[in-house]
Amino acid sequence: MGRWGGDAVSPEIRDIFRIFAVGFIAAIFHTVLKQSGKEDFAHWATLAGLVAVFAIVIGYVDHLYHEITSVFLLQ
Amino acid sequence: MHIFQLVGIGLTATVLATILRQHSPQFATLISIFAGAVLLWMVVHSLTGVVQELRGMATDAKISQTFLTTVLKIIGIAYIVEFAAQVARDAGESALGGRIELAGKVGIVVLALPIFTDVVQTIVHLLP
Repeated sequence: MGRWGGDAVSPEIRDIFRIFAVGFIAAIFHTVLKQSGKEDFAHWATLAGLVAVFAIVIGYVDHLYHEITSVFLLQ
Repeated sequence: MHIFQLVGIGLTATVLATILRQHSPQFATLISIFAGAVLLWMVVHSLTGVVQELRGMATDAKISQTFLTTVLKIIGIAYIVEFAAQVARDAGESALGGRIELAGKVGIVVLALPIFTDVVQTIVHLLP
């Protein structure tokens, strides 16, 4: 991911912009594929983007859960 | 805790979410979940010092550890439940948000029960 740059900003902002980029590109793919008649491919493309972004988000939410459990002595 | 960084992340995420909302609302929700998690992580991370301080004071004042740990656990549950319930409401699932909040309340009641029974017992002992 280094080639994509964005190492000047903090990792959180970079991830937010990455999620935005994946979402935007998935939306564009969806419309392009829909126009060109391949309706089912469009849904698959959006689903793939969703799964990729969901993995990133779930990874960070898990990071948050560990932080809360460690700070608030929940375990 | 860099308040400007926090506010900056929140604002950028809001703008990006609004841009994405017309094209694909799912990704807007995912952006708001991610930004919420980032902000909550930063806030909770800056609370570690406060919690250490509280525990130090509790041991100095010879208060038993169970009271403080229960209160801290309840605060932790409140934070995470409020975060999840608000995210659910943002995505339009207010019923789900209500269910998450109900789960949080029940969890807090279960945690607070021992302290409540202690208080009642001490009161009963005080009565003639």
